[in-house]
Amino acid sequence: MAEKPKPKRRQNKILVATGMTKRFSGLVAVDNLDFYIPEGSIASIIGPNGAGKTTFFNCITGFYQIDEGELIFDGNRIDGRPPDQITRSGIARTFQNIRLFNNMSAIENIMVGQEPHLKSTWLGSILGLPSTRREDDDTEERGRELLQFVGLEGKGDMISKNLSYGDQRRLEIGRALASKPKLILLDEPTAGMNPRETIETTGFIRRLRDELGITVVLIEHDMRVVMDISEHITVLDYGRKIAEGLPEEIQNNPDVIEAYLGRGAAASAGKTLAS
Amino acid sequence: MDLSGSQTRQTIITLGLLSGALILFTGAVGMIAAFHEREIVRDFITLGQLVLLITPFIFGYTAANRLGMTGEAPIVVLGGGIIIGLLTALPTTIMLLFNSDEFRFLLDWALRLAPFVLATAIAWRLYRQNVETLTVIGSWLLVAVLLGIVTFSLALIFEVKGELRSVLVNINRDWVEVVTFDHRKDLMRGIFIFSLASVAAGFLGSLCYYVPRTPRRALFYGLSVTLLVGAFGETVRLVLQENLERDTLNQLFRRDTLRGNAALGLLVVSTVIGYLWAAFGDRARQGFQNLGGQQRQTTGMIGTVLFVALLLMLPWLIGRTLSDVAVTIGLFVLMGLGLNIAIGLAGLLDLGYVTNYAVGAYILAVMTSIGPLGLMKGTFSFWMVIPIALLAAMFAGFIFAVPVLRMRGDYLAIATLGFGEIIGKLAISDWLKPLIGGAQGVQAIPKPIFLGTELKNPEQLYYIVLVACLITLFVSIRLNNSRTGRQWMAIREDEDVATAMGIDTARAKLLAFTLSAATGGVAGAIFAAKVGSVFPNSFTVFISINVLSLIIVGGIASNPGIVVGAVVLIGLPELLREFSDFRFLLYGALLIMMMINRPQGLIPTKIVTHEIRAGVKAKAAAGD
Repeated sequence: MAEKPKPKRRQNKILVATGMTKRFSGLVAVDNLDFYIPEGSIASIIGPNGAGKTTFFNCITGFYQIDEGELIFDGNRIDGRPPDQITRSGIARTFQNIRLFNNMSAIENIMVGQEPHLKSTWLGSILGLPSTRREDDDTEERGRELLQFVGLEGKGDMISKNLSYGDQRRLEIGRALASKPKLILLDEPTAGMNPRETIETTGFIRRLRDELGITVVLIEHDMRVVMDISEHITVLDYGRKIAEGLPEEIQNNPDVIEAYLGRGAAASAGKTLAS
Repeated sequence: MDLSGSQTRQTIITLGLLSGALILFTGAVGMIAAFHEREIVRDFITLGQLVLLITPFIFGYTAANRLGMTGEAPIVVLGGGIIIGLLTALPTTIMLLFNSDEFRFLLDWALRLAPFVLATAIAWRLYRQNVETLTVIGSWLLVAVLLGIVTFSLALIFEVKGELRSVLVNINRDWVEVVTFDHRKDLMRGIFIFSLASVAAGFLGSLCYYVPRTPRRALFYGLSVTLLVGAFGETVRLVLQENLERDTLNQLFRRDTLRGNAALGLLVVSTVIGYLWAAFGDRARQGFQNLGGQQRQTTGMIGTVLFVALLLMLPWLIGRTLSDVAVTIGLFVLMGLGLNIAIGLAGLLDLGYVTNYAVGAYILAVMTSIGPLGLMKGTFSFWMVIPIALLAAMFAGFIFAVPVLRMRGDYLAIATLGFGEIIGKLAISDWLKPLIGGAQGVQAIPKPIFLGTELKNPEQLYYIVLVACLITLFVSIRLNNSRTGRQWMAIREDEDVATAMGIDTARAKLLAFTLSAATGGVAGAIFAAKVGSVFPNSFTVFISINVLSLIIVGGIASNPGIVVGAVVLIGLPELLREFSDFRFLLYGALLIMMMINRPQGLIPTKIVTHEIRAGVKAKAAAGD
């Protein structure tokens, strides 16, 4: 896909949250959050453990219903909708602890991922209607293409639980891509990877945006990854947004350093985060 | 030789005692004596004796495998086999002695001494661990008194009753007769022969480990075939009756028992065939794999045609009695295929499947009966009602699915179990009595009529079941490999993620319940027509459990597995009616063994290959 000029891409906000709040019986996990993701960007959400990052993802994807505020994706309100409809509207995600369909083959996982674009019915499958067959063939074909894209060519018929850890991460991203999303949410895509794999994954995430034109949001702990590929960073702490902006701005923000390293550490730790 | 390695010693002793306990237990529940009634080879071996011999054999082989794997020397492995044989005989021998007049005093002694010996052993252990003296004495007293109460009262019971068999009813003459290989009078000799046989079997079992793979498999096939034919002599004879002259048959069988010569011949032939299969089977399979896509398809087609032809001719080959069994098996295959949609594909543990069976049966009964409860008095034929039964069952499935859509796993199982019970209670209730007859049920259901012929024999009904099964199989294969099937599998694997993929899980689950119910309805309708009447007590939770078990034993989500599961769990018990006392014992043992040793089922599912298939397609296109 051809590279679009950057300024134009930055104009639209693909996802906007206003006053978003999520409570779990008294505990406020996400607190009155105002938030946006620029279209066509690679954005990161960072914050200490328990800051509400994954809860935030779960709210966007409809796993949790938000208690207050509103969520607008691509011009439409999506809060209050069930997860399957949100996926159909163009948001895909991966999970912090990989959640593949373990006993299905790799390519079947991707075929399930294409669900939002499938139209065939059970009756059509039983009768073997030509349109259904064509769709099945297309699904399979596209499954193979995606396998190739995520670098799992030749492993498609393996049961996904037998794949290596790195392959499983990639397959999960492939499955998310299968729904042809406009926005993809990656929850710690480099968790548990060695430095070399991390670099590969970072490059791969960049390809998602550059080649497929998908807006990427990641939750990530590895600061090198975050600073390397992010164009927009949001920092959460105790469910509140404490900073937002370009990587350089975040690195030097005293609130952020304090949240990560504790009160008083701001002065000395600035370099650590920056390095 | 090093038998002192604790790992080795433990393996041998554990397996040996397990084997011995098994023999004693089967004897004590009366299985061995009952099995003795069935001769496998005339004047040579009975099923009861086979159990006595095959147990140490199998355990000897298992032990040899384990020991061989850890690299023990042959002498240890073979010695292990002998020890296992001895240990196998030990518990039964002790029981034989206890049971005999001369040695009954041993039991008295054992019972009286046991508490003291055990208490001392425990106290000694505690003492060695430097426990306080007072505690040691205290625990000695405690164990001795508690155990003493039990064993002294047992001793008292035996003394009063005079004989062991008044408590253990199956430790009787018949049992002694079998276990001593017909030397009840001369007990010592009997015990000697029994122990010798057991040791020999254990030794042979461990020896098998050193037989090369191919002949070992050949021998295994040969022996299994011969023993199975012998054990099911009655059935085999029924089958052969249809196809062989009476004289030829009498040369092979005497009544229902295989004659010695025939058994030997069968053993040789099946071993040779087994050898060929073991030696060249792999190569044949390899060759099949290497065939081009076109040829492979042709070979597959020929296989399918042959198989269908066999199915079509089956009633002629096996005769009336077995056709009846085949119809029953077929009905369960039908239900198994249906329930598999819910359980195997969508992972919805439905324990109320009998609901659909009952709905189908009662719909057919009420609509076609010419008795007082019939609504239509013969205006509706079997064929017109079958689709109605199917739709009614689907509707029932749908209705029952709505309230449980939000439930998962265990909760779903319990809720559906409840629905099954509700249907049973409704069927027998006074409220519905005017409609479906309460406990009296609905009678006078006419048999199906096809082109003017009344299908009243099992041979004829078989075809209805066969067609229904084939249609269901077709639908189920189509669904399995479709968008819908993948939706179900995704829900089975992880419902939350399935939703995140854009699947409307509620809708997919409703569909699974509804389609799964359909075949249950058809099976119920055919059942009603076959029996000619419908009673509420035909629709118990055991139907649901049976269908579930056959799916699990066969291999979850595996269509061939369901057929095999139905044959094993429904067919075999029908053929082994005389052992019906032990039916549920064996059934339970089989399920436990399956869950431990082969949780994936007899014929596990194969995954559908999508990536390779494309390669084969491309190769075929390029080659032709």
